[in-house]
Formats: sequence, structure tokens, C-alpha cells
Amino acid sequence: MSTTTGADLPFPALGDSAGLAGMPATDVAQNRKDFTSDQEVRWCPGCGDYAVLAAVQGFLPDLGLRRENIVFVSGIGCSSRFPYYLDTYGMHSIHGRAPAIATGLATTRSDLSVWVVTGDGDALSIGGNHLIHALRRNVNMTILLFNNRIYGLTKGQYSPTSEPGKVTKSTPMGSVDTPFNPVSLALGAEATFVARTVDSDRKHLTSVLSAAAAHRGTALVEIFQNCPIFNDGAFEAVTSNDTKTDAIIPLQHGEPITFGPRDAESGLGPRGVVRDPSGRVRVVDVADVGVQEILVHDAHAEDPTTAFALSRLTDAGHLRRAPIGIFRQVERATYDDQARDQIATAQGESGAGPEAKRQSLAGLLHSGDTWTVV
Amino acid sequence: MTKQVKQLDRVIIRFAGDSGDGMQLTGDRFTQESASFGNDLSTLPNFPAEIRAPQGTMHGVSSFQVHFADHDILTPGDAPDVLVAMNPAALRANLGDLRRGATIIVDSHDFTARNLTKAGYEHNPLETDELDGFDVVPVDLTGMTVGAVKEFGLSRKDASRAKNMFSLGLLSWMYGRPTEATLDFLERRFATVPAIRDANVTAFRAGWNYGETTEAFVVQYEVKPAPMPAGSYRNITGNLALSYGLIAGSAQSGLPLFLGSYPITPASDILHELSRHKAFGVTTFQAEDEIAGVGAALGAAFGGALGVTTTSGPGIALKAETIGLGVMMELPLLVVDVQRGGPSTGLPTKTEQADLLQAMFGRNGESPLPIVAPRSPADCFDAAIEAVRIAVTYRTPVMLLSDGYLANGSEPWSIPDVEDLPVIDPGFATEPNHVGKNGTPDFWPYLRDEETLARPWAVPGTAGLEHRIGGLEKGDGHGNISYDPTNHDLMVRTRAAKVARIAESLPPTEVDDPRDESGRGARVLALGWGSTYGPIGAAVRAVRLAGGRVAQAHLRHLSPFPADLGDVLRRYDRVLVPEMNLGQLSLLLRAEYLVDVIGYNHVRGLPLRAFELAEALTDLIATTEEADR
Repeated sequence: MSTTTGADLPFPALGDSAGLAGMPATDVAQNRKDFTSDQEVRWCPGCGDYAVLAAVQGFLPDLGLRRENIVFVSGIGCSSRFPYYLDTYGMHSIHGRAPAIATGLATTRSDLSVWVVTGDGDALSIGGNHLIHALRRNVNMTILLFNNRIYGLTKGQYSPTSEPGKVTKSTPMGSVDTPFNPVSLALGAEATFVARTVDSDRKHLTSVLSAAAAHRGTALVEIFQNCPIFNDGAFEAVTSNDTKTDAIIPLQHGEPITFGPRDAESGLGPRGVVRDPSGRVRVVDVADVGVQEILVHDAHAEDPTTAFALSRLTDAGHLRRAPIGIFRQVERATYDDQARDQIATAQGESGAGPEAKRQSLAGLLHSGDTWTVV
Repeated sequence: MTKQVKQLDRVIIRFAGDSGDGMQLTGDRFTQESASFGNDLSTLPNFPAEIRAPQGTMHGVSSFQVHFADHDILTPGDAPDVLVAMNPAALRANLGDLRRGATIIVDSHDFTARNLTKAGYEHNPLETDELDGFDVVPVDLTGMTVGAVKEFGLSRKDASRAKNMFSLGLLSWMYGRPTEATLDFLERRFATVPAIRDANVTAFRAGWNYGETTEAFVVQYEVKPAPMPAGSYRNITGNLALSYGLIAGSAQSGLPLFLGSYPITPASDILHELSRHKAFGVTTFQAEDEIAGVGAALGAAFGGALGVTTTSGPGIALKAETIGLGVMMELPLLVVDVQRGGPSTGLPTKTEQADLLQAMFGRNGESPLPIVAPRSPADCFDAAIEAVRIAVTYRTPVMLLSDGYLANGSEPWSIPDVEDLPVIDPGFATEPNHVGKNGTPDFWPYLRDEETLARPWAVPGTAGLEHRIGGLEKGDGHGNISYDPTNHDLMVRTRAAKVARIAESLPPTEVDDPRDESGRGARVLALGWGSTYGPIGAAVRAVRLAGGRVAQAHLRHLSPFPADLGDVLRRYDRVLVPEMNLGQLSLLLRAEYLVDVIGYNHVRGLPLRAFELAEALTDLIATTEEADR
């Protein structure tokens, strides 16, 4: 799996497909064209969104779901135009509210594969509240968070993920805001699946999306996405062939966390991550500490502390280095499954037919203290 | 001793005490007793926003007013005939509302120097001439309660808490109320705490027995049952009736009910009630905020559910953008606004009708939507079903405007036969409705029904009808994004025309205008909407009783108005529009019909007073008829 170049990211292991349970499958072969709508794509030339769209259109057929049972819900922003370009059901809603809308949809319809497409402004600024609550509830949906660290559609203001000091139209002397780290935020919000990938790495993007779709509960995937117009090169360190080997800290469950040009024999990079007695993690030369000291990534750890510590290896300022992969992937009962279970329990065996329903309605209206006038 | 029995046609009683004294429960039980006895009745709970304000202070006074009669009544009454005051603050806070000669029963035990000071009394009003003109009966409610329940070994504090049941027993005796239901209720309510249960039952009986034996009360009153049409009845509050209406709307349309809501006074009881009815397939989602509540409801509607959100005025302000999205996407969505005093946080526990213009116009752009308003607590049931009908038939958000008085007030409800409820057909799209360029069938989400102008509702899971909708302007028919100027103009007008067309499905305005012997009708019309129906009706009756001629009409539909409303308005020389706001319906009527209606406006956080309104009507009739001479 590992190659000597170290440029390719490891693929996360695909778990079972619990996330797709209850959704009708198709046995008709599908391809990218089936998922492509007739609408002209209107992002700027060179936008990272094209790569993500291509990856999604290419990967959706592999889910094996019926097209009509897939829904993409987006908010507002460049990336939120996404649903228009997919020939599934879709809703381009309002700024920041897509997770709330998707929650209502996913809770009432267990047969739908629900996807949310959002950006750093949409999800973390105006919609921050809905994002954290969707994550803690663990509603069965997959959230694609396109992070370009800038406001594109409103033409270039700083975003909640922009680096401190960012000079933009609204911050001519530099931003004095402290940015969010979306992965840290999601982990703090009790998320059960948190991953990060890069727009330009189609294979890794696809594999992370597959794992996210297979996850039952809310899966948050942060996608580093380049805005060539207002924030070009924000992720160059992790996308450029010259630097990415040293900039990407690949996370793969069960593997020691190392990076840098890999040793052909051991498959390990020269640098690695160790745990400090303080609880945080830091980067060391593997040779200095020995392989046995290197932290082995455990995405399935019940406690999110180490995942959070790993997320802190991401630069808050100009990005030079970042862990990429699945930070956390654990099972927890979902909100929508439990809500539906309560209804099923209350309904019991009876009450399904129209006559039974009429009778129970009449019973309800006559409940409490009644009297009869003759 | 033998007591004298006096016949009365109606009585207004107000129970008042500290927020912790159990006045709401006492009033509610008295109401249930009166309902099962067969009186017509109407209630007005009134409580502070503070859960437990400092004990004994004016801020903490909570009250429950019940009006019961041997005939059909419309309001909880203007001025109580009887006040039960559990402490000095309760007396002081309510005294001004009583009619002269009213009976005041006070818990003399609580008229201590400390409590009098807390209520702002310099002297004990029981010992001054302040209460001259009232029939004051000091009763040691606390002392007698504690004495009666001694055997159960409760602390003095717990024992004295049963004094509300003592007072209920006393009043139940005084008005000859049936007691079985209250005793059953106490058995059930305190089943797990036998000592408390026994204390409450004993206090209730002791109160009854006290009435029977004491010389303090020499008269027992009788208010005979009111003649009512045959049928099954129950007493019901507006919030409960509205909840049932939503469940019925779900059953009658076959759409699973999804409620997205954030707790807010006075709407939360709808969330509580619906949460208990999962057996009807009801999903209740307590959202992180108002916006998520309506968002989730809209998401559920996209998936083919009956999406509902419930809130009060401040919540509507927050939901406005999502409601606008619903207008643009043309999906059924029910928005329930249980109005309270505003602006801002305003008077959370008091009633008002000042959200009409917010409902009408409180969104960006040309964003018309239908508005339905119930007129009485029981009417909330029918109004909710009507709102569901409009939302589902016309694929639109609908605003249902209840208010704090309707929400918590109650009245007898003639329980409808389920067979008689309207059937609502969601008419989901199942087939392509258009032929594409290459001759293949496709689906256009904005091709409209010619009669209703409603667009097709195609829910995810329907093969071949995959489509995308959103907040951007839609191209006519195909529904793809369109920035074309002519198209936008067309779509804005079409959305307005769709809402206007709802009027075609509405019955003509009912005008109550009895002719006199010479066949003359009234010159003055009283036109209202929402919860002012009761006070307006009572005022109109009073005017007619005094020989005046006045017509009454009441609007259930505020948007669109009934098609004949302009003609109705123009039939009268003067139109008085009573509202609990500063003239919001008046403004709409003037704008729509160029009719110079006259506002009658109070915003006291309480229902309009019928007698004051009757005076205003009488004056208006006099000036109108004088103008002829």
C-alpha cells in the first residue's frame, strides 16, 4: 500500500455499510452520467469544487443506491451550488441551515441517503450552531465541508478558518480573529466520524467519502479546497508535489503515524508523532525515539482525546503541515434511528390500517373528562 | 344548618395566590367540575413570567378566572363576582378588577405584618374601610387545612400546601359542583405519595364540610346547566385543541406529522402534547434554536411529511428566512404563532394580536403566504385542520395565528365525529409531467395545476422525478435557476396569484345582522379576527339587549381575505375593528378596500373588556344614526 514516493495517501479501511442500511439498492449498473444533471457547471476556472464534483459523480454509482433515494442539501456559498449539478434529489437552501433541514429529512426518511454540502463560512460562521448540534445528535448524514479559508461568493472577505492576520477587503490591516480548526471543533462537538481530505487527491477523497457514507451517524469530512481567485495556494503545502510528502501527516487506523519520504522496506517516514506526558502529541525524528515510541493511530478509540491532540498538529496560521485522513470513526446510536424506534414502540403492532387510525383518533379526541348532552 | 339556595344565571370566580400556591390547578379543577356539571364556561389563566417570584410579592401573583353560566357565554368575563385571595398581594393585585359588591374570600392566616408589607399595604385592609362595598369573608384557610391534615404527619409547610384544595372544596360546596372527578384526579396525581394524596383529599373534603357547617356562609348558589346541542363534550384549552387539530390534519391527509420546535412561552404546550402522541406517527424534534425548528420541518416537508413548527412572535422573527425559502420552494409548511405581548421579549405570558403584520409581511421580497386564525380555544382544532388543508393543497407555508389567551384559556368543546372531518389529498407527483427536447419524458417541478396554481410535490424516492429546488429564483415550469427579468416578474406575480386564488376555496363571510321588525339591519359592523371573537360577541349582545342595532363578522382567513369581504365592508356606514394591537387589521383593510374602518385598540396583555367595547359600539351607533337627522 505504501509507496516509496510517500505522496499517495493510504486508503482508510471500508467498514460495513451500516450508514446505508435501510436504503433501497439498485441492481442496474450506474455510471457517472446517471448522476450528472443537465445544468451547466458555473464555478470559476480552476476551482477546487470541480475536482470534488467529479469525485462525487464518479463515486456515487459505487454506492449501489437508487438515484432517487439520494438527496443533497446545501446552504449558501460557492460550494453550495453543488446539488444543481447532480441528477439526484437536491435542495439549495439558505445560509448555514442545511444541517437543520437535513436533520428533518433524515429523521423522517430512513430510506434516503442524505448529504450536506457546505463551506467554511456556511458551516462554521452563520451555521455553526446547526453544525455542532447535528454532530452531537449523530443524525445519519454525511457532511462535506469545503474549506477554502475564504469567503468566495461575496468576493473575498476572511472566513472563520482564515489565518490570523489575513489581509482581505474587510480586514485591510489584517484579521484579528482566531480561526476554527474544523476537525477540532467537530471532535469537541461529540462527532462520531471526522475526516480530512484534499480536493486535488481524487483517490483519497473518494476513499474518505466512501468511508463517510458507510458510517451510520453524522460524518464530517473537511475538504481542503483551493479558491484560485481569492485565496490561491492556501493549501499548496499539502498539494504541491514538492512539499506534500513533508506536509501531510497521513492517518491510517492501526498504523504508526509517520511522514516524510518513506523507507521502501519499513514503509515508514523519517518523522513521526509521539505522545507527550502532558497528553498532547508532537512531531519527532523517528530515529531519535525509536519506532516503538511512535503513536499508532486508533480512529476507533472511544475517547476523542488523542484524535483532538492530532487535530492540533494542523497549523492555525499559514498552512505548512496537516494530518490528513480519518481522525475518528466510532459507533454510537443515531438520533434518527432512536427517534424512529420510539415511534415504532409507541405504535406497537396495531394501528397501521386506516380504520384503526380513525378509531384511535376518535379515542384521542374523547380522552380526558367528557360528558354527554342528550 | 339549613342553607338558603339562590339561583344565579352566571358567576365569575377568580382564584389568586402566589405562583407556588397551585392556583392554576385549583382553577382548572373547578373548571372541570363545572364542565362536567354542564355549564357553559370560559377561562382565563393569568400568571407571571417568573416561575417562582419572591413569595408574597405582587410579582408572584398568579390567578385563574373561570366564568360559568346556565346559558351560552363567550368570554371569561370582565369583572369577577368572587375573588379567592390566598395572601395580601393576591388581594391587592386583583381588587381593582372586581365588580362592586363582589365577594372576597381571603386566607386571613396569611395577612401577617410581613406579608402586608411585601404587598405594599401600610395597614391591614381587613381592618380598615378599604374593602367597604365588598362582601369580605376572612377564613383561616391555612390554619384549618393544617388542622385537618394533622394525622398524615406532614411538615407544616407540606400540610399548608393543601390549602388550595381546601379552598376548592369550599367553592365547590358554595356552587354545588360535582366532586367525584376531582377526588379521582387527586388519587391519580398523588398516587405515589400517599401522605400528600390523603392530605389533599382530606383538605378538599374539609373545605366542603366547612362550607356546609359554618355560619360564615349562609347561601349556597345554583347555576343550572346550560342548554347545549346534543353530543359529547369536553373542556379544552386552545393549545390542546390545536395539537389535536394537527394530529387530525396528519391523519386526514395521510402525511406523517413532523414537529420541529424550540420551547417558547406560550407555545411550548403544543410541543409537550405532540410529544406524547408518537403512536400517531408523530415525530417531535426539539431543535437547537427556532431556525433549526422550522428548517427541520421544511426538510421533513421536502421528504413528504406534514412539516410543522410552533413558536411565538420572537420565534417567527428568527424563522422568517426559512419561511421565505418555503415560499420560494412552494412546499407545504405549517407555522404556528401563539402570539404574546411584544415587541422583543415583551410580555411572555400575556396575550396580544400584534404579529399580524409580521405574519403578513415579515420576510424579504414579495413573499405572500396564507394566514389563518382561530377565534376561540376549541376553534383551534378546526383552524389547524384548515391550515393543513391550505398548506397541502396549495404547496405553501401557512401561518396559523393563535394567541396566549386562546392557548391557555378553555371552553367546552363539542367533540366532532371523525367521519365528518375533511379529507385532505396530498396528491403526490408520481409520473413525469413533461416531454423533454429529445422526446423523453421528464419532470418539471414548477409546472402548475391550472385550478390552484400549485406546483407538483414530488418526494425523494420517486424514480424519474429527481429534481433540485432552492431559494434562487426559479424558471417558470422547469424550475431551474433563472435570472431572467421577465421570468422573475412572472414568478413574483404567480406566487401572489396562487395565494390570492385560495380565496376561491373559502366560504362567504358570515355576517350576523338580525333585522328588526321593520326589516332594518344595522348601520355599524363590528369586524374582528382571532381571539377577540368572544369579547366582540359579548359586546354585540349587550348592545342588542339595550336595543342597539349592530352587525358582527369575524375573519378566520386574514390572507387572502374572503372574496366578498369588500362588499361586506361597503354595506355598512361604519366598521369598527377591535384588536389587541394598534390597528393591524385596520391597516390591511384600508389598504385593500379603501374603506375608512375605525380601530378599537387595546394592548394590555389581556382580552378586550366586553363592556367597554359595548360602550364604544353604542357611541359609534349613536353618531352614525345621528348623522341622518
